[in-house]
Amino acid sequence: MKPTPAYTLYHPKWYRRPVSTYWWSRQRSHFKFILRELSSIFVAYFVVLTLLYLRALGRGPESYTAFEEWLSRPLVIALNGVSLLFVLLHTITWFNLTPRALPVRVRGKRVADWLIAAPNYVAWLAISAGIAWLVLGG
Amino acid sequence: MAKRSNEPFLWALFSSGGMIAALLIPVLLLLYGLAFPLGWLSPPGYQRTLALVSHPVTRLVLFGLCSLPLFHWAHRFRFTLYDGLQIKHLNEVITALCYGGAVVGTALAGYILWNLP
Repeated sequence: MKPTPAYTLYHPKWYRRPVSTYWWSRQRSHFKFILRELSSIFVAYFVVLTLLYLRALGRGPESYTAFEEWLSRPLVIALNGVSLLFVLLHTITWFNLTPRALPVRVRGKRVADWLIAAPNYVAWLAISAGIAWLVLGG
Repeated sequence: MAKRSNEPFLWALFSSGGMIAALLIPVLLLLYGLAFPLGWLSPPGYQRTLALVSHPVTRLVLFGLCSLPLFHWAHRFRFTLYDGLQIKHLNEVITALCYGGAVVGTALAGYILWNLP
């Protein structure tokens, strides 16, 4: 040790037990956590898909039809099906986190978790119905 | 004085992107990724779609829908790699690639949406 140890922001590192790279595969709850985190990849994939769709739309009717045909390939449909499952996992876990991030108390008592999460689901249904109505030509 | 962290700002982008993704992506992916290609529902034609998308409000919503979820992805994916694969020595490269990707995607979205007919 130096006589006057330098000031650091961090606590010095003692011995740490190494953790396996596959720590998340041993327990169900850890595995669910990693699946939830991986949902972000499918969120990014959706954005890429949207950008390609908008580009095709901007280029005119022919490229739009070509893109629609590409979307009907079995492999793309399968990928979109898997993506939908992951995005739904994101939506549900995201909504259910609200009571954790935002615990509400009324007269000193904690409001039940489902009551805090419920408005999310109501908004989700309303917005989804609104978008479907707009797209399908209501 | 300690360096001020930009983590709260990134977290705000992460959480607003997560909310937009949770609310908007499922219905759009269900319609455009499954229902139209599989013929469950008949898709709106080119002209109608263009009219709908070209509306300034739709463009603005689509811009938010592209940009913020990308920052959501960048934030979450950065920590997925950090926790899941423990590649801490690449931390700075990963951070740059994730947020850099989100910035590039945002610019592309702005360019494409701005230039729509």
